[in-house]
Amino acid sequence: MIEMTINNIKVKAEEGMTILDAAKSVGIHIPTLCHMKDLFPTGACRICVVEVEGMRGLTPSCAYPVMEGMKVDTNSVRVRTARKTIVELLVENHPQDCLVCVRNKNCELQDLAERYNLREHRFVGEKKDHAIDVSSASMERDPAKCILCGRCVRTCGDIQKIGAIDFTNRGFKSNVTTPFNKGLNVSDCILCGQCILVCPTAALREKSHSKDVMNAIRDKKKYVVAQIAPAVRASIGEEYNLPLGTNATGQLVTGLRRLGFKKVFDTNFAADLTIIEEATELINRVTKAGDLPMFTSCCPGWVKYIEQNRPQLLKHVSSCKSPHEMEGAVLKTYYAKKMGINPKDIYVVSVMPCTVKKFESSRPELSEEHMADVDAVLTTRELVRMFKMAGIDFNDLPEDEFDNPLGESTGAAAIFGTSGGVMEAALRTAYAKISGKELENVEFQEVRGMDGIKSATIPINGLDVNIAVVNGIGNIGSILDEIERGESKYHFIEVMACPGGCINGGGQPIHSKPEKLKKRVQTLYDIDSKMKTRKSHENESVQKLYREFFGEPNGHVAHEILHTHYCDRKKILEHS
Amino acid sequence: MENRIFEHYTPKDRSNLIALLQDVQEAYGYLPEGQLKAIAEYVGIPLSTVYGVATFYNQFRLTPLGKNVIRVCRGTACHVKNSANILTALETELGVKAGQTTRDKLFTLETVACIGACSIAPVVNINEEYYGRITVKEIPKILNKYKKEEAKPKVEQEVSAE
Repeated sequence: MIEMTINNIKVKAEEGMTILDAAKSVGIHIPTLCHMKDLFPTGACRICVVEVEGMRGLTPSCAYPVMEGMKVDTNSVRVRTARKTIVELLVENHPQDCLVCVRNKNCELQDLAERYNLREHRFVGEKKDHAIDVSSASMERDPAKCILCGRCVRTCGDIQKIGAIDFTNRGFKSNVTTPFNKGLNVSDCILCGQCILVCPTAALREKSHSKDVMNAIRDKKKYVVAQIAPAVRASIGEEYNLPLGTNATGQLVTGLRRLGFKKVFDTNFAADLTIIEEATELINRVTKAGDLPMFTSCCPGWVKYIEQNRPQLLKHVSSCKSPHEMEGAVLKTYYAKKMGINPKDIYVVSVMPCTVKKFESSRPELSEEHMADVDAVLTTRELVRMFKMAGIDFNDLPEDEFDNPLGESTGAAAIFGTSGGVMEAALRTAYAKISGKELENVEFQEVRGMDGIKSATIPINGLDVNIAVVNGIGNIGSILDEIERGESKYHFIEVMACPGGCINGGGQPIHSKPEKLKKRVQTLYDIDSKMKTRKSHENESVQKLYREFFGEPNGHVAHEILHTHYCDRKKILEHS
Repeated sequence: MENRIFEHYTPKDRSNLIALLQDVQEAYGYLPEGQLKAIAEYVGIPLSTVYGVATFYNQFRLTPLGKNVIRVCRGTACHVKNSANILTALETELGVKAGQTTRDKLFTLETVACIGACSIAPVVNINEEYYGRITVKEIPKILNKYKKEEAKPKVEQEVSAE
C-alpha cells in the first residue's frame, strides 16, 4: 500500500494504481475522454491532467502511477484552466448543433462544456469539414462530430480485432476513417456498433428506421406488428432511471401497443423455434457425417464477419435464419394464412439491441418475392426516442402480455440474449432429442460468464459433445485457425460478435456504468429460472406450428421458410 | 514486382511497415491501393492501420506524380515575399489544389516547408529548375514552356529506338 494525498485528502492506494483510480476511490471525479478501462492508457486527450507537487508540467492522471508521498491537486487553477482550454478547443472544432443532435443530453462533450462553465466562444476559426458516411445499412459516421478520442478505434481494433477504422492524416486534417476514406459498407466493418457504445458524441450512430416505422403505422392498409428481442427487456429500464437489470417486458408490450402496433409478439417464440431447427440440424450433421463443427447463425455480425474473412468456412455455419427473421417469416406465411391477411400488407418491426440486424433485414437472401421477412429494425435507443415523442411515460405504463401464438416462449429463449445462452438452450433440447430423456438440471454453468472462450464436453447418451462459446468476435481467430488446420475437436460453437452477447449489443442504451452488463445478464437468467417451461421443445405454440404448418423440423417447408444461405463477401470487398 | 520487394522482409512483423511502404513507393512512384492491401496482408495488420500510417507521413503519396512536379516554397522568407499569392496563382492556372495532380497528369503541385534558397525568395522549383524572385505574372509563361515540351513530336526517341 502507498500513502499519498489528493486534494489534501489522505489516500491509501495500491501499487501500480493510476492517479485517476486512486482519486476515484476517495470520491474525486477526474474527467476522461480517451481513457478506456482495462486497456493500456494512451494519454492522448489530456483532459484528465492533474498537478503533482514537484513536477514541472501537468500530469495525465490516467497514465501515471501513484507513488509514495505523492501530493496531487486535481482542482488547482492551473488544472482547471488547462482542462477548460482543452474543452474549448474541442467545442470550437465541433458543429455545435446540439439541439438537433441525436446525442443531445447524452453527450460527453456537452457534459464537459457544462462542467467547465463554457460561456463564450474564445477560439472561433476554421472547422474541419467532413461528409457524413451513410453508406452502410446500419450505421452512420459523422466525422465532423468526432473529437478524436480514439475509443472507437481501440474498440474496433483491440477488442473486436476488426480494425475497420483508424486515425488517418494528421494535425488539423486528422480524421478517424476507413481505408481510402471509402464507405463503411465496403470496409471490414461488421456493423456490430460497439464503437457507437463508446463514442462520446454522435460521430457514430445507428441509421434510424423510426421514420419508416411511423409512416407504416399511419398507413391504414398496413398491418404493422412488432417483436421484441430478449435483451431489450433487460436494458430499456436504464433509459428511465429504473434500477439496473429491471425486467420491463410488460411495459414494453403496452408501450408498443400505444405507439400503434396492431400486435406485439415476442422474438423469444422464434428463439424456441430456432433451437428446434438448429438442434435438429446439429444432430443431422453429427449422425450423417456433415460439416463439423457447426456454428450458430443467430448473430448477424458474426455471419457478416465469416462471410468477409473466411468464406471458405461458411459451410460450418448453421443454415438457420436468426430468430427475428424466423419470426418475420412465420408471420408472413403461417400467421398471414391463419388470420386471412395478405402477407404483403404485414409490416414487421423488430426491436433489437443490435445495429447489424438492420443490415441483416436488408439481405436479399432474407426476403421472398421482394417481400422481406422483417421490414424495419429499431434499436433499443430508437424505441426510447419514439416513446418520448409519442408522450408515452414508460415508468407509469401498466404491464401487458404478448399476443399469441407468436408470443409464447420458454426460459431457453430468454437466455438467447446473453453469451452462452443459445448454446445452453440448444443443449437442453439436443439432450432430449438424442437421449430421449429430459435433463433434470437444465443449467450449464460452463457456458455462462464473461470469459472470451468458454468450452466444455457434455456427455449425452454415451456421446461426448464438445462445445465452445465465443464471447466477442475478437476471440474467434484461434477457433477458425484450428478448423482450417483440421484440428478442431468441437461439434458445436456459439459465436456472439458483441462481448457479453446481445445484452451488450450496439443498439443498447449508452451508459458507462460498468455493473450494467452483469445486471442485464442476471435479469435474463432470472426470467429463465422463473419459467414453468425451460426447454424450447416444450413450447406448445411451437409444437402446434409444426403440427399445423411445418411438419418435421428441417423438413421441406421448414427449409423453405426458416433456413437461408450466405455469400462470399471477401470477393466483393476485394473488388471494391 | 511486389513479391521481390516483400521477400526482403519477415512476414507478420509490423515493425517492417514503414520500410515496406518506402520500398513500394520507390518502385511505383506512389502507393497504389492494391499494394497497400497486399502490405496489410503481408504484415498482418488491418488495412486501416496501413492507410493511417501512409497518410500520416508527408513522404508517402497515394496518387501517382505528374510528369512535372512543381514545388512552391512556403518557408518564412518566401511567405514574407508573398508566396501565398504564387501558390494561389498556380492553383488557379492549373485548376488543382496543392497536393493534387492535373487531370492530364502533366503537373503535380506541392508545397515545401523551405527549399533553402531564401536569398532568392519567393522560390518555385519545377523538376530540376529553380525559379527565384518569381512573380505571379511570369507563371503562365513558365507553365507554357513545359506544356510546349509535352506537345513536341517525340522524333528523337523513335530514331534512337531504331
